[in-house]
Amino acid sequence: MKRTLFNLFALMIVLGLALTACGGAAPAATEAPVVEAPAATEAPVAATEAPVVAEEVTVTIGFTASQTGAQEVSSKRQVNGFNLWMNQVNEAGGLTLSDGTVVKFAAQSYDDESTKERVQELYTRLITEDNADFLISPYSSGLTAAAAVIAEQNGKLMITTGAADDDTYKQGYTGVFQLYTPGSLYLTSTVDMLKTLDPAAKIAIVNESDKFSTAVVGGLKPYAESQGFEIVLEEAYASDTADFGPIINKIVDSGATVVLGGGHYPDGSTFARQLYERKVGIQFIGILVAPPDSKFSELGDAALGVTGPSQWEGKATHTEEEANGLGIEWFGPSGEEFSAAFEAAYGDKPTYHAAGGYTAGLLLERAIRNADSVESEAVKAALDAINIFTFYGGIKFDTSAEAHGLQIGHSMVVIQWQKNEAGELVREVVWPADVATKAPIFPITAP
Amino acid sequence: MQQISLLLASLPDGILLGFVYGVAAMGLTLIWGVMNVINLSHGPIIALGMFGTYLIFFKLGLNPYLGLFLVAPLGLLLGILIYVVAVHRVINAPHLSSLLATFSVNMIIIGLGTAAFTTSPYNVDFNMGSVSLGSTTLLGTRLIAALAAVIATGSLYLFLYRTRPGKYIRAVANNRSAAELMGIPSSRILALSFGLGTMLAAISGALIATFFPFSILSGGGYELKSFVIGVLGGLGNPVGALIGGLTLGVLEAVIPAFMETSWVPVIEFGLFILVLLVRPNGLFGAKQ
Repeated sequence: MKRTLFNLFALMIVLGLALTACGGAAPAATEAPVVEAPAATEAPVAATEAPVVAEEVTVTIGFTASQTGAQEVSSKRQVNGFNLWMNQVNEAGGLTLSDGTVVKFAAQSYDDESTKERVQELYTRLITEDNADFLISPYSSGLTAAAAVIAEQNGKLMITTGAADDDTYKQGYTGVFQLYTPGSLYLTSTVDMLKTLDPAAKIAIVNESDKFSTAVVGGLKPYAESQGFEIVLEEAYASDTADFGPIINKIVDSGATVVLGGGHYPDGSTFARQLYERKVGIQFIGILVAPPDSKFSELGDAALGVTGPSQWEGKATHTEEEANGLGIEWFGPSGEEFSAAFEAAYGDKPTYHAAGGYTAGLLLERAIRNADSVESEAVKAALDAINIFTFYGGIKFDTSAEAHGLQIGHSMVVIQWQKNEAGELVREVVWPADVATKAPIFPITAP
Repeated sequence: MQQISLLLASLPDGILLGFVYGVAAMGLTLIWGVMNVINLSHGPIIALGMFGTYLIFFKLGLNPYLGLFLVAPLGLLLGILIYVVAVHRVINAPHLSSLLATFSVNMIIIGLGTAAFTTSPYNVDFNMGSVSLGSTTLLGTRLIAALAAVIATGSLYLFLYRTRPGKYIRAVANNRSAAELMGIPSSRILALSFGLGTMLAAISGALIATFFPFSILSGGGYELKSFVIGVLGGLGNPVGALIGGLTLGVLEAVIPAFMETSWVPVIEFGLFILVLLVRPNGLFGAKQ
């Protein structure tokens, strides 16, 4: 009887916990708005001329943030970037439209706990109860896909950041606009670099089995093969994988010299650490998301030599001269101004997630200015037509029916963790060659 | 042939990890075996053990393995505290009451842990080197963790079978009323048992932290494994739990040699259901 009771409970618990695990970690719910904005330090874009009639409207921007759960690290940086933009604009007096209306911004945000269920519930709440005028996506492709459905159903414009998966923009949506370079292109720059380092490299593709990473691999494999590389292993792993030992054994067994893949911060950093600990002789490691985060240096020597694609790097920030050379309109602060303001506000150097959050606000600001209105349809038309260059890079959207809102104006760089003269781990841009701050370390271990 | 070499490379890893799984499961099954309480705070206590190692390593600058001597008594005391505050009053109530009580403790620990540590992943950057044997690489941290797990199991076994309090625990587990009639202070023994269970959970967490990253939410996965091991192996039987842990560790190592890694949970939990149906007393016939 006792045994049966235990078994019954065990079965229920296992099923329950397994279902919870499938949906992501879910600690205590937080109903109250949680995001607080720090004091702004400097306004990059001054308010336009003083209004004649000072009618003021407050535009509410709604979003969820992963204050807890698997996406916490990157999500917090994204939200910090967005809040910095909002505070700067508001403290500079807001935006002034041609009719004298002053537009100021307010954020409404909740903790989505890194779960899709919470995202859908909260975006519905943001739209129907909080009356958000515009939406910013949560962090990660999976959560954004869940939020985009709600935004589209309710006719709200959503600017996505931290959401690279291509599929979301191929669902026929008309009000979802992507800031990041699409996932299918994430590792193509890395392959280009690899071709100059070792055209005969044998590649093992090992990736998280989530929406974003699968999209990245979907673009990576055909591109690598088209460049003449041999793919010797393809392996997907669950998001909560902690032990990469069996997978690393497979990599060794496959004869791979290069490992490309990963997924998000927790698994990517774990994978890098275990590759280092086992000293398996891999010559090049390219991992998604984790390496561009400053927290990655906590891995110590395990971080050395690991590369990752980055949407933006302070050391290779885009400039007004670059925009002028391309004949594209420049908008917003310089990369140096953004970095200084971010460091002053948060005491940390900005990563590309922070730059993405900031630029999401900047993009909305430019669209409202271009539309000279805060009406959703006018702003949407302005976003469709936008073609600008910011410190974050180019921003332009696909307007075809097949992939409306897909980012087509932005390109990525590749970073690598190297040691400076003082022996400290630093992130260097190693590709493209014309913006590289250091030559790549290759091979990272003796062949 | 390729699969065989992969198998040989992965098997030692699975065995080493299995020992640590076994210790985690022992904590859960000990509490159930003695007092019929399913401890749903087991996972967060494992996570607290992980943070114990982290704090000892980074704040006190101590070797993580020396830190075990601090984590273990703290785990014991925490367990006794949880028992006194949350479990004792519902020990004779229907199972749902103790289930809800320990679930509440679970939520409290996760809430406090999230406030203190956030849910960001933490790493204990501690390297004990590695040993290469042909195609197999054995990490020093896992070897020592397995050794510590064996020592913990042996110590528990000796405690239960060779000491007076241990015999009291077994007596209470067999028949609480009879034990009380013999003058055994059952409440204190139950508190001690709960403390021992949480101590084992904390030790397993402290060991896992030396080779895997963790967050305050990480314990959930190991709690899940502990339930599976509880069914596979021993109920209140430390050796059975250890064998169950080894079985799970080996499965996790061996399955990827033959198929995609994503099949691991499918097969693991498929086996779990099968054991429930075919051998409800567990693969190793653990005694009550």
